[in-house]
Amino acid sequence: MIAEEVIELIKTGTVETLIMTVLTTLFGYIIGLPLGIVLTLTDKNGLRPHKAIYRVLDIFVNILRSVPFLILLIALIPFTRLIVGKSYGTAATVVPLVIAAAPFIGRLVESSLKEVDAGVIEAARSMGASTKDIVFRVMLVEAKTSLIDGVTIAIGTIFGYSAMAGVTGGGGLGSIAVRYGLYRWEYDVMIITVVVLVIIVQIFQNVGSLISKKTDRRRVS
Amino acid sequence: MSIIEIKGLSKSYKAGVDALENIDLSVEKGQIYGIIGMSGAGKSTLVRCMNYLERPTKGTVTVDGRELGKLTESELREERRQIGMIFQHFNLLYQKNVIDNISFPLRIQGKSKDEAYKRARELLKEIGMEDKEKAYPAQLSGGQQQRVAIARALTANPKILLCDEATSALDPKTTQSILELLKKINEQYGITIVIITHQMSVVTKICTNVAIISEGHIVEKGTVKEVFGNPKAEETKELLRYADFEIGIEGGLR
Repeated sequence: MIAEEVIELIKTGTVETLIMTVLTTLFGYIIGLPLGIVLTLTDKNGLRPHKAIYRVLDIFVNILRSVPFLILLIALIPFTRLIVGKSYGTAATVVPLVIAAAPFIGRLVESSLKEVDAGVIEAARSMGASTKDIVFRVMLVEAKTSLIDGVTIAIGTIFGYSAMAGVTGGGGLGSIAVRYGLYRWEYDVMIITVVVLVIIVQIFQNVGSLISKKTDRRRVS
Repeated sequence: MSIIEIKGLSKSYKAGVDALENIDLSVEKGQIYGIIGMSGAGKSTLVRCMNYLERPTKGTVTVDGRELGKLTESELREERRQIGMIFQHFNLLYQKNVIDNISFPLRIQGKSKDEAYKRARELLKEIGMEDKEKAYPAQLSGGQQQRVAIARALTANPKILLCDEATSALDPKTTQSILELLKKINEQYGITIVIITHQMSVVTKICTNVAIISEGHIVEKGTVKEVFGNPKAEETKELLRYADFEIGIEGGLR
């Protein structure tokens, strides 16, 4: 029924998509987590208010967030070439993906950290905690549940973006959908791709929710 | 020398509202000093000036001979370790269990986990909650949470304990037991306690001294006996009238 090669194709595509998603999430957080922390601290109600730094980062994040990913992907082709040496394939796709994901992750982190009860932060200050102590021992700990939910959302979004990268030959399931679904109109390949995508997103979502629920100590279990 | 000496303290906010104006207050070592007033009188701001969580606009705050306004950021953090604080809503770390909460002040001072836990266990015994070591705040009652907060405030052996409306979220019976605990701490360790409250009963039950604060001013201060025995300010008389009502509620209407 379904040719051996199609299954092989989907397998490779799935692995590529997962690699792109994981790498992007990783690099996205390497940039986005500090970004979110700095946005939180330098905000006018933050622990280290700094108008200039906040404004610059805020505008920078807004600009990147307002460009639709498909356009960013194409606009960044020269930059991607500069870094990876080529503009197609899995590795090359990670570049625009990280650039799109990092500011998004920065915002997610910022909103999680801003949810931390001001009273708890005040209590830590009253004990002589430094800003560093408050960030690493209070904010990141107390916002744990919300941060984990943020990771789940980020993975879902990055996963969707990575499929879009198929348009510019990004590899993964997105490329398969473009090549077989759009150009050749091989409908069965298309449907399998969609089913696989849906299943993966469901797994990510459920695992994410489970971890966040299991580690949340704020409710009586 | 007073342990807390406040001179000419004013605090105004950007909007031009004066939260506090020209406050003079001395707290002597070993006292339980009550500061009472209606909501919005400025008492929470005043207590936050005592550990410089809020910086006064004018005036000086001297704690144990050190003028807080002259300290650098890190000296100030050092000084705050001498001043414990508890809050109306307890402000525990909700993702950490009881023993990690109580250990927290020592952990941020760089003490080892073993050392911090040892001290935390002593305090757990003190507050009668040895069996709750591994519980999370959400699994505890309000009174138990405040006990944990008190233990946490005492971990670093402070000389002073500031209480910001510490019993306002608790029922009368729990309030009573928290007040008894505070009194015990004061007597056993000689820790000076400052209590911010709007509840008259809190002052009459455990305070040695009291200051009445109204619209950013201290209108009357002295020993509890002097002030309540022979009230001079109109605000004090008014508070005493409310007190009768409050005692009525606690006495039976509840």
